[in-house]
Amino acid sequence: MGSAEAVLFEDKRLRREMTSGNMAFAEAMRQINPDVVAAYPITPSTEIPMKFAEFVANGLVDTEYITVESEHSAITACVGASVSGARVMTASSANGVALMHEIFPIAAAFRAPIVFGLVNRSLGAPVNINCDHSDSMPERDSGWIQIYCEDAQEVYDTALLSIRLAEHKDVLTPIFVCQDGFITSHCYEPVEFLSDEAVKEFVGLREAVYPLLDVDNPVSYGSFVTSEYYFEIKRNQIEGMNNAIRVDGEISGDLARLTGREYPPLDCYRTDDADYVAVIMSSATGVVKDVADELRARGIKAGCIRVRMFRPFPSKEISAALSGKKGVAVLDRSASPGGVSPLAAEVKSALYMSCRDGFVPVFEFIYGLGGRDLFPDDVKAVFEKLRAGNCGCGASYIGLRDKMGGGD
Amino acid sequence: MVNVNSGMIEVRWHGRGGQGAKSASAILAEVMFEGGRHVQAFPEYGAERQGAPIRAYNRVSNKPIRRRCGVQNPNVVVVVDPTLASSANPTEGCGDDAVYLVNTPENTADVRTKLGLPDSATVMAVDATRITLEELGQNRPNAPLLGALSRIFSDVSVDDFVDHFSKKMKSLSAKTLEANKRAIMRGRDEAVEV
Repeated sequence: MGSAEAVLFEDKRLRREMTSGNMAFAEAMRQINPDVVAAYPITPSTEIPMKFAEFVANGLVDTEYITVESEHSAITACVGASVSGARVMTASSANGVALMHEIFPIAAAFRAPIVFGLVNRSLGAPVNINCDHSDSMPERDSGWIQIYCEDAQEVYDTALLSIRLAEHKDVLTPIFVCQDGFITSHCYEPVEFLSDEAVKEFVGLREAVYPLLDVDNPVSYGSFVTSEYYFEIKRNQIEGMNNAIRVDGEISGDLARLTGREYPPLDCYRTDDADYVAVIMSSATGVVKDVADELRARGIKAGCIRVRMFRPFPSKEISAALSGKKGVAVLDRSASPGGVSPLAAEVKSALYMSCRDGFVPVFEFIYGLGGRDLFPDDVKAVFEKLRAGNCGCGASYIGLRDKMGGGD
Repeated sequence: MVNVNSGMIEVRWHGRGGQGAKSASAILAEVMFEGGRHVQAFPEYGAERQGAPIRAYNRVSNKPIRRRCGVQNPNVVVVVDPTLASSANPTEGCGDDAVYLVNTPENTADVRTKLGLPDSATVMAVDATRITLEELGQNRPNAPLLGALSRIFSDVSVDDFVDHFSKKMKSLSAKTLEANKRAIMRGRDEAVEV
């Protein structure tokens, strides 16, 4: 425990409670007390708008809570409120996210800093309520920052820092705070909360740039722009996204001074001297770390990288962390049918820039679609394949029935 | 019996939808958390229907718990519904030294035979359904099972469960609160281990 943390405990500014990923996000929303929330519930994120509605009904927040008739309307209301200068939050999952798709690039281009609790769930069909990343990955080019959390504590911390990151003048970009449906959203575990005062102080007030309601300086959103300026506007937007890694580092540092917890864009575990590294995101990271420890005890130099920030993608950082490795396995919880899976594509692309320093073999694995579990033996088999170098050139599938694993 | 000081303990609950196995796993996690442990409680999610077999899990450890996958090799198995002892495969993935707590009117030796358990496994039987029918007038077997668990986890006492229950259920009438406390105590006292 750091000394700053110890002092906070004495001040009773921290409390540890049993909660879940959904409830941790909802509690962050209560403490943030956003100006506007517009939401439409869908499993497994339902508890977020449900709990928040309770906060509104009990007068614990003074948020304008807009109940709407669909996810499309929810995100549209969020965009309108955000460009008006309001601090805005919402949540959704799966097909709810897909229905919002049309509006996401508009939010990003308006530089509307919405903070969105995205509880990952597979996209139908077939209908399935369990976790994979097939709902958030189609949004990776929508211009939103994407942060993938490992546990409920990180969901809470990330909700707080995302408010400042999204609204930062050098970023002004909406954020998906992703957590794994059920595995994280419904797992009941301890989380350390800051006091309401500490959160209020940390998030401050939004200072909107070009708010729609500033009648003294009138502006217009959603105007028609011809080819003369469209490109420049997009270029500007990309710059905001690119600044997010630097600004996230600054804000994470501020939060770490309050909590003692640090969140770099990549969580590198025993990678410095590793020969073989598995790259993964979100809740399945823990089992990979456990297996890495087990293999280390047997003299196999295994490591794990958890990609926390997927947009913007920390290419330089991952290239540096993986250069010189004997083998890298990328474990994707979504597929890109006919192409390279999202995380593997990013990792391979990042390593291409450093390939003159030596070729690093990267192998693709797809796991966990529709909530299929990832067990220690599955991860051991991945490292075994890496060591044997027989991963084939296509994707391998982990934990499939019969002999559908593939890899050649 | 099990002790968290000798490593992470994993628990698997077999119950039926609506019976309270998920709540019982949450209460166990809360009591362990109050004792300063790292904990997880999570059910297996599928299409949830009243009466359908469900599984719920706990992990309890002195160290931070990283893995979040389902429990494959539980140290402790709790069978909440008597009919599941034969249908839900409660021995799946268990080591020979696993501890079983079964809600059943049968005696412990019969349970051991029915589950085909080796002598190295510990079996504890308690008629939790009857206890709660007598104390609460309802079949809600959680309280006696939690009482019996205080014997299985050697580093928590039954008072930890009773105190937790009293604190959490303050809103209940004094009569119901007392009945639940008696159900917890009876679970501890009446569970039979062979």
